[in-house]
Amino acid sequence: MPEDRLLSPVAETLAGRHVLVTGATGFLGTALVERILRSVPGCRVTVLVRPTRRLDAPARARREILRNDCFDRLRAELGDGFDDVVAARFSAVSGDISSEGLGLDDEGRAVLADADVVVHSAAAVAFDAPLDTAVEVNLLGPARVAATIAGAAEDRRTAHPDKAPTHLVSVSTAYVAGTHQGEATETLYDEARRSGARARTHTTVTTEVDIDAEVRSARRLRADLETESRRADRLAQFTKVARRELGAAGVHLLAERAEKLRDDWIHDRLVEAGSTRARALGWPDAYAFTKALGERALVDGYGATVPMTVVRPSVIESALAEPRPGWIRGFRMAEPIIVSYARGLLKEFPGLPEGIIDVIPVDLVVAAIIAVAAAGPEEAGPSVVHVASGVRNPLRYGQLVSLVQEWFTAHPLYDSHGQPIVVPDWSFPGHGRVQRQLTRATQALRLGERVLGSLPVRGRQADLAAGIEERRDRAERALSYVDLYGAYTETEARFRVDRLLELYERLTPEDRGAFCFDPAVVDWPSYVHDVHLPSVVAHARVRSTPGRSTSVDRSERARHAILSPERHLAAFDLENTLIASNVVESYAWLATRHLPAGDRALLAARILRDAPALLALDRRDRGDFLRTFYRRYQDAPAALLQQDAMELFHDLLLAKSFPAGIARVRAHRALGHRTVLITGALDFVVEPMRPLFDEVVCASLGVDGQGRFTGRLDTLPPTGEARALVLAEYAAAEGLDLGESVAYADSASDLPLLECVGFPVAVNPESRLAALARRRGWHVEHWDKAGSRPALPMGPLDRQVSRWWARLDGLLDDVATGGTGLGRGRAKAGAR
Amino acid sequence: MSPRPGFVLEVDRSTPPTLFWHGEGFRLERLPEGTRLLYGPEPLDPLPDPVSAIRHALLHPLGDSAPLPELLVPGMKLTIAFDDVSLPLPPMRRPDVRQLVVEQVLDFAAEAGVDDVVLIAALALHRRMTDAELRHALGDRVFDAFAPHDLLRQHDAEDPSQLVHLGLTDQDEDVEINKRAAESDLLVYVNINLVPMDGGHKSVATGLASYRSLKHHHNARTMQHSRSFMDQEHSELHSSNWRMGRHIAASGVKVFQIETTLNTDTFPEQFRFLMRREWEWSPRDRAAFLASSAALARTPPRLARSILHSIRSPQKMTSVQAGEVEAVHARTTANVYAQQLVEVDGQTDVLTMGLPYICPYNVNSIMNPILVACLGLGYFFNMYRGEPLVREGGVVVMSHPTPWEFNPVHHPSYIDFFEQVLSETTDPIEVGKFEEAFATDPWYVHLYRTGHAYHGVHPFYMWYWCAHALAHLGAVIVVGGDRAAVRRLGFTPATTMADALEMARDVVGPDPTITHLHSPPLVMADVR
Repeated sequence: MPEDRLLSPVAETLAGRHVLVTGATGFLGTALVERILRSVPGCRVTVLVRPTRRLDAPARARREILRNDCFDRLRAELGDGFDDVVAARFSAVSGDISSEGLGLDDEGRAVLADADVVVHSAAAVAFDAPLDTAVEVNLLGPARVAATIAGAAEDRRTAHPDKAPTHLVSVSTAYVAGTHQGEATETLYDEARRSGARARTHTTVTTEVDIDAEVRSARRLRADLETESRRADRLAQFTKVARRELGAAGVHLLAERAEKLRDDWIHDRLVEAGSTRARALGWPDAYAFTKALGERALVDGYGATVPMTVVRPSVIESALAEPRPGWIRGFRMAEPIIVSYARGLLKEFPGLPEGIIDVIPVDLVVAAIIAVAAAGPEEAGPSVVHVASGVRNPLRYGQLVSLVQEWFTAHPLYDSHGQPIVVPDWSFPGHGRVQRQLTRATQALRLGERVLGSLPVRGRQADLAAGIEERRDRAERALSYVDLYGAYTETEARFRVDRLLELYERLTPEDRGAFCFDPAVVDWPSYVHDVHLPSVVAHARVRSTPGRSTSVDRSERARHAILSPERHLAAFDLENTLIASNVVESYAWLATRHLPAGDRALLAARILRDAPALLALDRRDRGDFLRTFYRRYQDAPAALLQQDAMELFHDLLLAKSFPAGIARVRAHRALGHRTVLITGALDFVVEPMRPLFDEVVCASLGVDGQGRFTGRLDTLPPTGEARALVLAEYAAAEGLDLGESVAYADSASDLPLLECVGFPVAVNPESRLAALARRRGWHVEHWDKAGSRPALPMGPLDRQVSRWWARLDGLLDDVATGGTGLGRGRAKAGAR
Repeated sequence: MSPRPGFVLEVDRSTPPTLFWHGEGFRLERLPEGTRLLYGPEPLDPLPDPVSAIRHALLHPLGDSAPLPELLVPGMKLTIAFDDVSLPLPPMRRPDVRQLVVEQVLDFAAEAGVDDVVLIAALALHRRMTDAELRHALGDRVFDAFAPHDLLRQHDAEDPSQLVHLGLTDQDEDVEINKRAAESDLLVYVNINLVPMDGGHKSVATGLASYRSLKHHHNARTMQHSRSFMDQEHSELHSSNWRMGRHIAASGVKVFQIETTLNTDTFPEQFRFLMRREWEWSPRDRAAFLASSAALARTPPRLARSILHSIRSPQKMTSVQAGEVEAVHARTTANVYAQQLVEVDGQTDVLTMGLPYICPYNVNSIMNPILVACLGLGYFFNMYRGEPLVREGGVVVMSHPTPWEFNPVHHPSYIDFFEQVLSETTDPIEVGKFEEAFATDPWYVHLYRTGHAYHGVHPFYMWYWCAHALAHLGAVIVVGGDRAAVRRLGFTPATTMADALEMARDVVGPDPTITHLHSPPLVMADVR
């Protein structure tokens, strides 16, 4: 190494310089900002941050960058001086990579013009990003940054005539080499072209792709999908799925869900389009594909005007040493796979045991970027440097797997019973086999979930259904890992690092220690065991200690919060929430109360016959069902029924109540909360429960001149979202805060009610609500039925009087002759 | 052949295993040699003609009372109060003794031209009876004549308009009873005296009283000083009721007391083996035992429960006496003792008992854990005269499945008492701190008044009933019970009788004396 090639010390070179970083809220960006502030004392950093609706750029930078535990070390080292250093050397400008001119205002452009180095590390890093997002950010982003730098170059020359033009360091990925086999060199595609490479490689492919056409079609695709998703049959499908998930939850919630499904549908299509297009051209996924094109767009467009260096790291993982061993931000590619494996969920993962898995600790990448910035651009034009371990210090996939297995055997995760989980042996099957297995498992679980979901189960059985959903979810996730990352464990490209090592050689001996990026320093066994895995486990919120489950504590805590004196109001649904009965049973009881024994059986048979149609109508529209069903009370003597209702309550409803539910209502009252009963039941039926509630919202039937029920409702019972509205009105009128309120309900049709309060509780939920509650972390109560309950909803035999209810005589005649009788044609209406 | 008296058998090698009630089933246990088995006397012969006996009693009253017809005059206000569904156990076959007695009283009243007659079920704080239960107790004729006209009422201890305060006793105890009863020209009270505690002044002073009045004697202190409450001479509960009864009489309430006793012919033919001494079981008894225990074991508990609760007992009346309260009750008590008393020589270290599916407070209902405790430690433990059957610091071993189950219609406050109070403390004195809140809880009052719920305070009374036993015993062990429920009661669960006896040895020392209270029939130990 000739003396003149040796760089002056990095910190010295960069002293007084100004570095602008994009993507600073990301994993690499955060580490870079921290390292510059800590290790390059004379250097200023500006971060380009997209403001959110709530936070402007500086606030977001403070919250998402400076508050990260990455800065703990610097904070500890500087003590009170930390804020001064931040004030003097750190600033944030507002901008957006996906808009032209980076969305900079004049001030922002002045800051950019002032920057000596721009490190562009912003990217859509998800391998399954939708195509249009990947195109906007990864493909067009680098060129946009370069264009903005070029646009500000004149200002810079005017303002700082003595300073060199801004140096763009663009972070790409080693995997632009795609599914390349063999050695991949640190060359840009145009160098490859210049050197006259003949073999068809990713570089030549990159050259051939019509970038404009790709961009146009990606944008067009988004527009087409937006249109397509609004087609009537698609919308009907989304609504159908939403209804299947939520049941009769009300128009607005169904609409909201259907719209979300539409969005998801577009998203999924775009993700699919991205990966299909990428694979068609020889890249493993849309990320690598758009990154590759992004490099070409950058070099093609601005290689001649903007001094630039491209840095291509491989898979970036937790820090080897800086700012502390194991530091990581976010859950990255390998972590979910590792955790799934440690949980025993991922029984197999495809991969070649002798293949190289190219992993590089983040601090090595950061050091390389700083060194590149310090070294400045190559005079010859755009250059590229790999930061990868595969050639210099290869980690074999088989070795990694056995390291992981060893570690988790010594430090197992624990299941919910506090038992250690034994990690499986991987047999390194082919990609296809694993995929087939997982696909089959997923399909079987999906089917099971649908079958269970359509059964009228509730409570603990419904929890079982939710359990299946969770397992299906895991299987789907495992499948997506295989889909997404399989290519990376089977990659056969080896990334040469000649230029990286050359740069390393040019560092002063001190800098080689301070800014070490020689991949040879990583001792894989120690890195995996002592640095990476402990960090992954700590991040994954998994149980790494034995002992009893904390889920009991969790529900105990939730119950505590619900029964806190600060709550304002508790709203209760009635059927299957407080009482394991329904309006049909109440009707059957009242109707049979004064019938002779033989007729009682006939009436019961009649109601049983109607049950399926009634159930179906109830599931479709609760309001319609109640209106239709209550017509059966037509001509019933109101005074008698009101009198019988008290007996009905004690004989049937209370006997079928959930004692814990009644106790809960009373507990709320004892705490001074308002208690509200919202039910579709009739007023005289719930009358005996009035002492439990401050407010009862229910249905009431009209009474004619002879004191008989008309069968038409005077007061409509609120169903679906009307329940939420009623509750909201009540709360508003009484000056109560729904955010501080509790609601108890059992079915998805009560979603609006549950959603409108701060503390929703699913009681013995039916399967759809059980699944929703589990997903949303809602508190679930399993209230047991009382020990003794009547087998049939029939009143005790009235020996004194029979056929008091004249109208029922007609019904019974009809039953005998197969006619329609009471509720003439109404059961049919139910079946329609 | 006259019925054989009760006696004590000492278990030896030839003694067959002993039958234990075990809730809705049975257990056969081989008790250690030397264990004393306490058998009650065989059922006494019933009165050959109960109706004549009743008429005779009404016409020849005891004490300073005039015969009933002389007390009945046209235009008078007559109230007939009667014991509620808690008596007798199990409910007896039709006709119920109450029906027989009430019909005779009504006949006399009709003859005398009395037309203001009201029947009142003396519930105290028990649950209201259902129509079917009232019909069973009083018969169709009485029920159909009175119920439709609101002349068959149930005492409501929570309706101020139906209560009257008669002042304080000399010990400052409030006397507040049913207004209609107190303001009647004659109050006839119809009793079924199953145990020595029933009847006497307790009939009116407790059966028709309010919470305000009851709390003076239904409390832990009184019960700890009633040793036992089945023994009138040593019962503070009895003394307080007597003070109140005498105060009621002094206030001008004219009570005509009718008391009846039943024999211990408790179970129908198919369960006759329960009543027989095990070594005397015939092949038929053995077959009946095997068949019924196998059937019950295979029946779902809820169904087994409803089958057993549908049993109607063939008990028969052995005596009826009427007239002035104290004179009547003295005769009645002697008659109860004649049927139930067995002489026992000295106390025991360990007392074992098998608890059935029923107690006074769960007719047609579930025997919840609190009732299990009350039946064992309240009733059976207190079935002694003189010294308790088990020595101080001794152990009671009870056999019952003790399921963590409650009837929400009958025992709503029991559920909360079990969850909220017993989880805090099982000390009867400490428990008393929660009493007021339960007694005045508007929801419990609502359920007591409008439904079929025991009063909110009732579980406390059940616990006070155990107070004497809890203070006296070194440990209580429950064989074959729900472990969580047994622990909540403060007792120790055991899987087998052998385990339970081993555990008892840890408390009372090795080689304990063991006595088994064999039931049925009801038996009262006269400990010498």
